[in-house]
Amino acid sequence: MQNKRRLVVIGNGMAGGRLVEEVLARGGGGLFEIVVFGDDPDGNYNRILLSGVLAGTNQPQDILINAPTWYAEKGVKLHSGVRVGWIDRLARKIYAPGEIVEPYDTLVIATGSTPIVPSIKGLYGDLGSFREGIHVFRTLGDCEGIIRCAANGRRAAVIGGGLQGLEAACGLMSRGLEVHVVHLTSHLMETQVDPTAGAMLQRALEQRGVQIHLEKATATVLGDDRVSGLAFEDGSTLGCDLVVIAAGTRPSVDLAKQAGLTVQRGIVVHDDLSCRNDPDICAIGDCAEHRGRTFGLVGPAWEQARVLADRLTGANPQATYRESKVSTRLKVMGVDLTLIGDSDSCREGDEVVTYIEPSRGVYVKLIVREGLLAGATLLGDGLLSPRLLQIFRRGQPVPQSRAELLFPVTEDAGSPNLADLPADAHVCNCNGVSKGAIMEAVKAGHRTLKGLCEATRAGTGCGSCKPQVKALLELASEGTLADDPTVQYYVPGVPMTKRKLVMAVKEKELRSVSAVLEALGGGTDDPDSKAALASLLRTVWGEEYEDERDARHINDRVHANIQKDGTFSVVPRIYGGVATPTQLRRIADVAERYQVPMVKITGGQRIALLGIPKEELPAVWRDLGMPSGHAYTKAFRTCKTCVGADFCRYGLGDSLTLGVKIERRLQGIESPHKMKLACSGCPRNCAEATTKDVGAVAVEGGKWEVFVGGSAGSRVRKGDILCVAQSHDEVLNYVRRFIQYYRENAKYQERTYDFVERIGIQELRRLLVEDAEGICDGLDAEITAIADVYADPWQEADAPVHPNQFAGVLAGVE
Amino acid sequence: MTAASTTTRCYNLGPLRQVPPGEGRVFRVGRSSVAVFRARDGKAYATQALCPHRAGPLADGIIGAGKVVCPLHGEKFDLVTGQSLGNRCPPLEIYPALVDDGGDIIVSLPNHQR
Repeated sequence: MQNKRRLVVIGNGMAGGRLVEEVLARGGGGLFEIVVFGDDPDGNYNRILLSGVLAGTNQPQDILINAPTWYAEKGVKLHSGVRVGWIDRLARKIYAPGEIVEPYDTLVIATGSTPIVPSIKGLYGDLGSFREGIHVFRTLGDCEGIIRCAANGRRAAVIGGGLQGLEAACGLMSRGLEVHVVHLTSHLMETQVDPTAGAMLQRALEQRGVQIHLEKATATVLGDDRVSGLAFEDGSTLGCDLVVIAAGTRPSVDLAKQAGLTVQRGIVVHDDLSCRNDPDICAIGDCAEHRGRTFGLVGPAWEQARVLADRLTGANPQATYRESKVSTRLKVMGVDLTLIGDSDSCREGDEVVTYIEPSRGVYVKLIVREGLLAGATLLGDGLLSPRLLQIFRRGQPVPQSRAELLFPVTEDAGSPNLADLPADAHVCNCNGVSKGAIMEAVKAGHRTLKGLCEATRAGTGCGSCKPQVKALLELASEGTLADDPTVQYYVPGVPMTKRKLVMAVKEKELRSVSAVLEALGGGTDDPDSKAALASLLRTVWGEEYEDERDARHINDRVHANIQKDGTFSVVPRIYGGVATPTQLRRIADVAERYQVPMVKITGGQRIALLGIPKEELPAVWRDLGMPSGHAYTKAFRTCKTCVGADFCRYGLGDSLTLGVKIERRLQGIESPHKMKLACSGCPRNCAEATTKDVGAVAVEGGKWEVFVGGSAGSRVRKGDILCVAQSHDEVLNYVRRFIQYYRENAKYQERTYDFVERIGIQELRRLLVEDAEGICDGLDAEITAIADVYADPWQEADAPVHPNQFAGVLAGVE
Repeated sequence: MTAASTTTRCYNLGPLRQVPPGEGRVFRVGRSSVAVFRARDGKAYATQALCPHRAGPLADGIIGAGKVVCPLHGEKFDLVTGQSLGNRCPPLEIYPALVDDGGDIIVSLPNHQR
């Protein structure tokens, strides 16, 4: 362990603490001897929730992120309550009181920011510290001081009407004090909102009892030993027994300055977050200045922590920090203000959309730049903010009709009115998990989506409630969301994204699941990774894939769908839903012969035989003499058709022939999730092709509209038009190409409708129709090769891969 | 182990090769059934046959790293301790299992299992 490099982090707040978590999450514990200095004796807590502590809605212990024991468990050395004395860059050592000397190979400065204290007379007592009754509002210690003081106080004055000042004011209100906010300029939060929003915010706060004094510069704090009031420069006074100074913060850079690092407003860092004049020292969080900007927000700090952890641990040595998409929220006493990105138009061509509803105190202002959302101010209508935040963060295009941003016309997945749901309302209907149970689990520390789903079972059924679970997680964690790099992994057992995994698999020529887990998964035979890896390897290697049956789900071991009682369903393929009398007779015979408990016409225009014991599967298949319908696996399932042009008097195109062609060509092709297709012979769309994974609808002029990403399952989504094709063959080509692209690029168990939304239909058209990247020939060749070697899995009835492949109960001992 | 009368009996279930590597099968032992798993590393495990959640056939589950995942709803259990992992199921009954020199599966069951 002597070869570990020494990583020293100065600062144990939102940025420093998070960096340590991120480094450890990337295996940094094996690379570094980690030492953390934190001058706050209260350790690593969530500063965002300080306003909650002040308001009494959170207890101090609730906002602790990592306790000292956590550091000990992780092998991280923590100097808690220790303020670093100086940095010796030449010797690469950190000196602190108590004869602490810590050498470093890499140093990260995350000293955060310090409250700005305006020059006001009467602030300080004889000892040079604040007089009794005067506080800043930055740390848990400050917060506890204010609470103590408020217990005996009657009237409080908050100097500063910014975000923090208003949070402090509301906190003091809920402790029963008369609260006055004293603000220097002509409207509240003037750097973040325009005068209209400022005035509306003021009204909302005044309605809740906060008294606001604008354009007041405080000259003196009055009173002899006890604070008795404020005197302003205009000669007026205000009586109070508690003063909270919330006049903003500035980056804490003294240490960096002394060390001779380049400091402007903050510590100047490159895109790689290293200091301008010392590559071994990095800075993140409030104290860092990147491209001329400093932030006082947690979002950028956490993004920087991620990037730096990626670089330091080698998880992604090329990671760089670009600008953050910042947003912030004031949510106090029923006042809800969300600020996203730019607060006003600042470039030529910016479009400003506003909506004001004075009676409800709603003010919405959107800045649209080049078709994208560049900023938003949302006051009084919290319901809109999750959707706008999503559009902003993901850079999703803004609808042509801007009003749709304000008044969404389609149902939104992450329905924001979750906040209003009662605690006993079911969120996950598969497992019967209530909102209350989810919220409690978050409070109990399940702060990742995966962890939360595992703990509550929510989202582990059909999965359609996952967006709501995620929204509740965000709601309940109030910004303490843990970053879980594993969500990016293709499978939990191999720390790689799908793209990286495919590259590694090809490079190392790993052809079996066990080989991948051995080489890339640390030799752990992870059961949660096997089926997904089998699916991926099958796509990557095709015929060269080395099959290991134990990596498959039981459905794929025995080519039938397991039912609740452990029996199976058998669904033979009926191409395009067109059956012959002979086939029907045979199905009927089999049903009688094997006393099949249920014969059911399926939604995919086929016939299912349900309740067949595993050991009878081979005989049933043999007697049916029909190929597998793959109704048990993640693969091409069916192509549903309408009668089409032959018989239907409205039919425009021969949907039936097309459907059968598609089904014959694509049967059994495996994919990240199941694919259900359909062809309709006219826009009446009787085959419901617009809500299928892939669908074709005949339109006038012998053409076909090709839809992708539709769904009418746990979610309803109309597919997007990929293109208009001129013939059956052309439809087939686009369908095949899309499916191959989906196979290669989708995450495991990602349905096409999520995939199409993630990639975007524009991008899909660019890639698959315009062939902008020149990938179409390759995709076409791949899928042709796979389709050409199709073999019916039900042939294993006569050639089982293991003598006991279909065994039921083995006779052990009588 | 409160009932002092509980005794354990060992059963030879025959050759391990009856179970494909990495898979499980159900064996009948007297009137009861036992799920037997053959891990890729050659170890054998034995548990109750049905999942405590909704009676899924555990022997049809995917195994690995000493765990089994039920094929019905993905409940996961530790094959050594029987504890449910990441869910609220009651634990599985676990029966000591080994592979003898002749390659046969030997399972020890409490006597009442018969």
